[in-house]
Amino acid sequence: MSKRLKPLDIFKYLPKTNCKICGEETCMAFAMKLIERETELALCTPLFDESKYQENKDTLIVMLRPPVQPVKIGTGEKSVIVGGEEVVYRHELTFYNETRIFIDVHDEMDSKELTERVNFVDEYTVFRIGVHLKLNGIAVRSVSNDPAKFAKTVEEILKLADLPLVLCTFDPKIMKAGLDAAKGKRPLIYAATVTNWEDIAKLAMEYNCPVAVFSTDLTTLNSIAITLQKAGIDELVLDPGTYFGENIGATLNNYTLLRVAAIEAGAESVGFPLMGVPATVYLEGDKGTESAWNETIVGSMLIDRFASMLIVHNVELWSLLALLTLRQTIYTDPRIHPAVDAGLIKIGNPGVDSPVFLTTNFALTFYTVKTDLEQAAIDSWLLTVDTEGIGVESAVAGGQLNAGAVADLIKETGLEEKVKHRKLIIPGMAARISGETEDSTGGWQILVGPRDSSAIPKFLKQNWEAEATA
Amino acid sequence: MAETPEPFKRLLALLSEVEEIELENFKLEAEELTLSLTRAMMPAIMPAMPAPEMAKPGLPTLPAFQEVEFKSPAIEYPGEIVEVQLGATKSEGGTREYVVKLGGQKIMPFYRFLGPTPNPPVVSLDVFDMPLKLAKAVRSNIEDVMEDPAEWAKRCINKFGADMVTIHLISTDPYIKDTPVKEAAKVVEDVLQAVKCPIIIGGSGNKDKDPEVLTKAAEVAEGEQVLINSADLHTYKPVVEAAKKYGHIVLSWTQLDINNQKKLNTLIMDEGFPRERMIIDPTTASLGYGLEYTYSIMERIRLAALKGDEILQMPMSSGTTNAWGAREAFLSNKKCNELGLPWGDVALRGPMWETLSAMSVMLAGADLLMMMHPGAVAGFKALVKAFTDDTSRDMPPIGNWVTMK
Repeated sequence: MSKRLKPLDIFKYLPKTNCKICGEETCMAFAMKLIERETELALCTPLFDESKYQENKDTLIVMLRPPVQPVKIGTGEKSVIVGGEEVVYRHELTFYNETRIFIDVHDEMDSKELTERVNFVDEYTVFRIGVHLKLNGIAVRSVSNDPAKFAKTVEEILKLADLPLVLCTFDPKIMKAGLDAAKGKRPLIYAATVTNWEDIAKLAMEYNCPVAVFSTDLTTLNSIAITLQKAGIDELVLDPGTYFGENIGATLNNYTLLRVAAIEAGAESVGFPLMGVPATVYLEGDKGTESAWNETIVGSMLIDRFASMLIVHNVELWSLLALLTLRQTIYTDPRIHPAVDAGLIKIGNPGVDSPVFLTTNFALTFYTVKTDLEQAAIDSWLLTVDTEGIGVESAVAGGQLNAGAVADLIKETGLEEKVKHRKLIIPGMAARISGETEDSTGGWQILVGPRDSSAIPKFLKQNWEAEATA
Repeated sequence: MAETPEPFKRLLALLSEVEEIELENFKLEAEELTLSLTRAMMPAIMPAMPAPEMAKPGLPTLPAFQEVEFKSPAIEYPGEIVEVQLGATKSEGGTREYVVKLGGQKIMPFYRFLGPTPNPPVVSLDVFDMPLKLAKAVRSNIEDVMEDPAEWAKRCINKFGADMVTIHLISTDPYIKDTPVKEAAKVVEDVLQAVKCPIIIGGSGNKDKDPEVLTKAAEVAEGEQVLINSADLHTYKPVVEAAKKYGHIVLSWTQLDINNQKKLNTLIMDEGFPRERMIIDPTTASLGYGLEYTYSIMERIRLAALKGDEILQMPMSSGTTNAWGAREAFLSNKKCNELGLPWGDVALRGPMWETLSAMSVMLAGADLLMMMHPGAVAGFKALVKAFTDDTSRDMPPIGNWVTMK
């Protein structure tokens, strides 16, 4: 059902000279990499330089364009691409540009609140599995209805941080003031509607900025998008409206059908990134935790189902942690195998008396344990069992983490020559195999460690250092 | 010489005549072409339209607004999910007051534009046959009944709104308590007495003892059409035999490997066990710790099933409780402070972790969610209702979020 290209589809339009200018051995290899988006067409310079290839080049440019257009918001280092997706199901390839999260502010916030909020968005980070997860930008709303105030707020934000912006107002006069204040910064214009589209289109052309189209009616949304494209504006973001609570099902349906239409049904008029506005939850008033909870649910649903960007109001830490972790989940490249190499590695500078920890070669488990040991500065040995990339609890249940495998690994890695003691600390979740492992390893004492590696420092204090000094 | 594709030929034809074509007319033609072609060629074929940067501010030429009906995409899937019934009422040879039906879908999850969802996902809450270490947010709701599985089960149904309960006979593990099989079977009988919903019976995960435990449990639950959790590649033979003999449903469990899932399903079917009595569990990893694998394997299974792969057309189950294995779900506020983790309040983090895991696997195709936290269950059930409810109604205005204070 997916209309994914095959290497041959691309190959037949390439020069077929195997000239290697692109860095690949053959044109076929280049075609394969183009499909996986691991290289760029522009590297095939003959295609672009020689007039005889012009037709083919134009064909290839069209063929290789993702069915969901990539749209750039902002400038410089922190600018973001939204969209650029090719598949409905991530396993068919991968999703490329993770959902960009913008936090809202408005032009009647006092300077202190505005400063705090903007700085928070700029500085907030949470570290997970080797990656610093971050928020992406600011959505500025005009609530004062005053162009001057809106412009001033935009200026203030830009003085604080060089973050991508979404300018939010349906009034073209106010929008113009905002665009003047953000000149050259490529903010996203939010939004063109059925009533203001002409003025907004003119502004988009004048300031060369991407435009969001808003309508909860899909025919209207489609019509505005088509009209803007006719006007030559081809950097669009579509907002079919974010409902919440008992109406959330309508939103799920709209986002799903728009993405399926763009990718599987070839509806190119809606082949643009979708944006969601979980902040609509606050139309019911700010009910504190309840509102933040509901906003997190809507936002998460839209991360699962196809929103390329979100505008979020709450900045509760538990909520952002959940949204950003889910985003990392969905946008992880499924082509990368979840297993790391098995064996023995050093953490810090371990010696003959250093503790030995056991973990599995499931990448997430391995990196979590490794990071925890490194952060706690524990000089130690980390023994990694090949569990076929399965985590501790499941590998014990499934039998991949077993006494025999541990005994073999101790032999293979020469661990017995590296440490004087014979104590192995296994994960708390592998407690069940401790008895068998003592038997199979012949002479090793198995210490059952904590269920979570964050508790290792405390565990060592109670079980390792105490023993060493005894 | 490479062949020029049909739309492109037409575009080239248009290009050669571009001067004679009125802008309006051209655009009408363009709509019949693919729009990506028009996008790519726009600068070349629109000499009448000034490029944006050349436009005099405020005076660009705009086309007329044209209403173009948006047509919902139509997809037909040749396959469908088998309908499986859990529980049996009196007339069916059991003692359950109601049954739960899973499966029957002909579309990807909640693709409402293609059709309805016949049997919306259901929730089973976990009950254990002994007190165990649980995250505080979970424990605080059940602390007083943890010694009594029957009371625990009652609370799940009467107070927490679960559709079903799962009784996990973990104490039978020789490395935990080595509870004798007969005693474990008694717990199953107690739970069947205490609640009148369909139930799920789980072993301890010990591969040597589970077949014996589950066989005895199947025997005392004869006719109740319980779900036996689970049969894996090692244990499936005796488990399937017991399910066949005593009239139950089998959970076919593999670990994040679609080929193993196909293999196990085939082996179980080769035992003469019908698809209508099987549910599959491809393993649910926690949000943040491998949920992506679960998500994609479930999507692949459901897509393959709808495309006609009969070996994968059973309803899917998710052990969503694994969400509580993530440190983000259970690490105390104090501990987070010590470690410098900006994670916010654990009282919300935990239930949110389980809710998002449940919602995500439901969107990937899970029909039966095994959960733990009452708050997460309530939120999840509200979502199921909203996702499946397609009655038309007046929607509230939402564009005014831009101006709200």
